[in-house]
Amino acid sequence: MAEFTLPKNSVVGKGKTFSAAADAKNVRRFEIYRWDPDTGENPRIDIYELDMDHCGPMVLDAIIKIKNEIDSSLSFRRSCREGVCGSCAMNVNGKNTLACIHDMDLYTGPIKIYPLPHMAVVKDLVPDMTHFYAQYASIKPWLDTPTAPPAKTERLQSKEEREKLDGLYECVLCACCSTSCPSYWWNSERYLGPAVLLQAYRWIADSRDESIDARLDELEDPFKLYRCHTIMNCTDTCPKNLNPAKAIAEIKKLMVERKRD
Amino acid sequence: MLTKLSLSQIINLGFAKNGTGHWWLQRVSAVALVPLSYFIIRLFEFCNNAPYQQTVDWISFPINALGLMLWLLTVFYHAALGLQVVIEDYVAEQRIQQFAIWGVNVTFLLLGAAALLAVFRIVSAG
Repeated sequence: MAEFTLPKNSVVGKGKTFSAAADAKNVRRFEIYRWDPDTGENPRIDIYELDMDHCGPMVLDAIIKIKNEIDSSLSFRRSCREGVCGSCAMNVNGKNTLACIHDMDLYTGPIKIYPLPHMAVVKDLVPDMTHFYAQYASIKPWLDTPTAPPAKTERLQSKEEREKLDGLYECVLCACCSTSCPSYWWNSERYLGPAVLLQAYRWIADSRDESIDARLDELEDPFKLYRCHTIMNCTDTCPKNLNPAKAIAEIKKLMVERKRD
Repeated sequence: MLTKLSLSQIINLGFAKNGTGHWWLQRVSAVALVPLSYFIIRLFEFCNNAPYQQTVDWISFPINALGLMLWLLTVFYHAALGLQVVIEDYVAEQRIQQFAIWGVNVTFLLLGAAALLAVFRIVSAG
């Protein structure tokens, strides 16, 4: 059965509190999920108070400040700090987002930071992405062209054909959408999830690809594709403002049209 | 462990080569229920407000009887399709899942047959 309660060793307890300096005037509280597999202890919530007068504007700025100045044991992924690499995906105040492009002024009160939901945790805010990346690889995310390319040119696209990839190619595979999807929570073993299905449609929609039928064949499955129940959490949460739910709907439309032909 | 599934294991899950029909029929039956619900709403109206014989006469009228039967067929079919999805979503153990889906299908088949028989009996008696 789907699990609705946390196993005993995942129940989150209270952790340490790191108070701000006495002379800090603009203090903000951060409640951060901590778990270290080496200690054998349950996860806990550590509380950090930061002086916002000496902190950058984004959630990632605060986390980096905590690691650099307060608690170097805090683990998280980050790289580009401008919403391009997708590394710093995490759950901030109940919503998955990229910490680097999320302005803290959007929130009032304390900021609660957890790892992406329903993923196994490697440590603190670092989820295990192995299965997610394997699912991505399974859709063959490359241009599949059995025919030889034109002799003297590249495989060309018209402006209109290229425009069909807008809203698809921008995906950075941060997994915010997939891990916000209840269907993915319950059936991630077989359901590909919104991020991977958006990527699948990115290649289906590419005018240069020559394996569209085979791509659709491999999605023709009650679990791989049809676990999407149009819940729309994916579109709601996407930090890049993409629309995975629409991409999935386009795949379903192509499936029906193919049956009718 | 789930997260340790490698690419080869995901590929080996394969694809069932079905799912579109089920999804499409769920949509088609949902849309069909919108106009067909006229008959069940009218029936409830008669049941609540009209005398017994007048209700029987309304059901016996061929278009009404046909509409009610179509509504019954569609609603039980749609319910069976929908419940199958719910069971597949939440029941992970394969044998229990298959047994539950089978149980749902048989239950709705019997309920549908009983409901159609009831309408048919009213029509033939009325």
